[in-house]
Amino acid sequence: MSDAVAPQKSEAATAPATTGLLTRLFESDLFYSFRRSRLTMIAGAVTLLFFLVAIFAPLIAVQNPFDPAQLQLMNSRIAPLWTADGQSPFLLGTDEQGRDMLSAILYGLRISLVVGLLGVAFSGALGILLGLVAGYVGGAVDSLIMRIADVQLTFPAILIALLVNGIAKSLLGNRLDAGSMLGVLVLAIGLSFWVQYARTVRGSVLVEKGKDYVAAAQLIGLPAPVIMLRHVLPNTMGPILVIATINLALAIITEATLSFLGSGMPDTMPSLGTLIRIGNNYLFSGEWWIVAFPGIALAALILSINLLGDWLRDALNPKLR
Amino acid sequence: MLAFTLRRAIQAIAVMIAVGIIAFAMFRFAGDPVNQMVSIDTSAAQRAAIRDSLGLNDPVLVQFVRYFVNALQFKFGISYQFRLPVADLLKERMPATLELATCATILAMVFGILMGVYSALRRDSFLARAFQAISLIGISLPTFLIGILLIYLFSVTLGWLPSFGRGEVVKFGWWSTGLLTLSGLKALIMPSITLGLFQMTLIMRLVRAEMLEVLRTDYIRFARARGLTTRAIHFGHALKNTLVPVITVAGLQFGSVIAFAIITETVFQWPGMGLLFVQAVQNVDIPIMAAYLLMVSLIFVTINLVVDILYTIVDPRLRATISRPA
Repeated sequence: MSDAVAPQKSEAATAPATTGLLTRLFESDLFYSFRRSRLTMIAGAVTLLFFLVAIFAPLIAVQNPFDPAQLQLMNSRIAPLWTADGQSPFLLGTDEQGRDMLSAILYGLRISLVVGLLGVAFSGALGILLGLVAGYVGGAVDSLIMRIADVQLTFPAILIALLVNGIAKSLLGNRLDAGSMLGVLVLAIGLSFWVQYARTVRGSVLVEKGKDYVAAAQLIGLPAPVIMLRHVLPNTMGPILVIATINLALAIITEATLSFLGSGMPDTMPSLGTLIRIGNNYLFSGEWWIVAFPGIALAALILSINLLGDWLRDALNPKLR
Repeated sequence: MLAFTLRRAIQAIAVMIAVGIIAFAMFRFAGDPVNQMVSIDTSAAQRAAIRDSLGLNDPVLVQFVRYFVNALQFKFGISYQFRLPVADLLKERMPATLELATCATILAMVFGILMGVYSALRRDSFLARAFQAISLIGISLPTFLIGILLIYLFSVTLGWLPSFGRGEVVKFGWWSTGLLTLSGLKALIMPSITLGLFQMTLIMRLVRAEMLEVLRTDYIRFARARGLTTRAIHFGHALKNTLVPVITVAGLQFGSVIAFAIITETVFQWPGMGLLFVQAVQNVDIPIMAAYLLMVSLIFVTINLVVDILYTIVDPRLRATISRPA
């Protein structure tokens, strides 16, 4: 992080102290490198667009696809508007239940993003906490946490997510409605992706621990949790931000995959993955739009977040280039 | 060397015991095994009898040891859905998964190495850029979307390849193979590509980076000075030296190929262990889930151990670092 912050500070020092946050942002190194790469700007715009349409989905969508009362079987399997069989107002056609595909995608996007963001937040919090403790405390605690991390790293995240999912289902039984399924997905994703954060934070903590400011904080008698959270943690935020961005794409893929495999969001409250699973059944009967549009939306979302993550990694750490 | 091998083996066993504890905890505590096995009108007395016959009233430690001893003999209990021994189900499904994973790995290595070498030697050519773009897509697109796309192209639109199943299989004892029939081979094409694509991009990037690294070294410069042909330098010297890390990565990745086969098998309804596992998760069939976890872990740990040991034999430079505590 220090690489990126240093020039920002020097610019802020030359400018008047009253310079707004926005001006500082526009003058920063990060923004400069953002504007330099056209691909990154497109990716950023697409990601922003996805977030905006997800937030304002109720205003854009012609119906609420989660409300069975608004769905009419009369309208089932209508082709997209520009084809010969298209019907207004169903721009991208409808599925088997008469659900408008565009509305379903907008609402599904909401679920995919919410699960992705919460999953990243949960795995980040868990990983950062364990990494801080392992790095700061050291000794047997450190070995234990890192051994668990080593073992978990040999297993692909999707396998762990499926296992957590299955166990949660069996413990909660049939009380599992769409809302708690969302929680289970966040839990599964969180428990699958914490290792990378923990390793990175631990590495940074080991470096920071030897520095004078930590010794000074210890000398004035601050308790260990305060030193860890207030002083050491902010100095490890750069790499964490990069991991979080790339993991957001991974978390969205994992949620979509779980939903596609039938272990995620139910048909009544579909995410993008669920929509693709439903649409997959109509691939052979000619209703290509039921699977194509959610698939394109998911692919575009993941690709643009990945591009942003790649750019952020290069911009924050010139040594990695 | 012996001490290193021994320590790695002990670590591997420790990992397996840890996984065994998780598998047992799932088997024993996630859901009541008795409830899963009986119907609604089974009386309390009958339930108690079943509970007793399963040994669920014994101390937990005794149960764990029993589970572990049974697992060592590949006895994983009875599946809740199929009412059949889990070991038989896994044995029946294993050949399909192993054939698919092997084909995908071979495919990934052949094309990954070819594309990697090409894009290292002709860095700025159009094809090299195209390969880079493909690798970005290979990493960004979820596996199941690639599978659906292939099905739409080659099954729905063109009608060339079957979209599900293994085709006809030939049986050798308990092993069934689809490699000897035409329909079996045709059925294998799309799942192998879907499963291998991610590994292919990984290997391609690795080969490209390693080749660029090696081409800068002194012994390549010396080979040029000796007047060897470009072909001999590129393939005889440079490629040969990049292959050790490539084979290591491909070997280590074989375990994740088997795990990722879960997704591919679901898309193509491939009758392997992964499909069995997905159905088990959906139907909360804990014995199958626990057994699959144990089997996959065993494969993972064995591969890691073998690769680690082979690596130190092949590459003497690593032996110097062995004495460092792991």
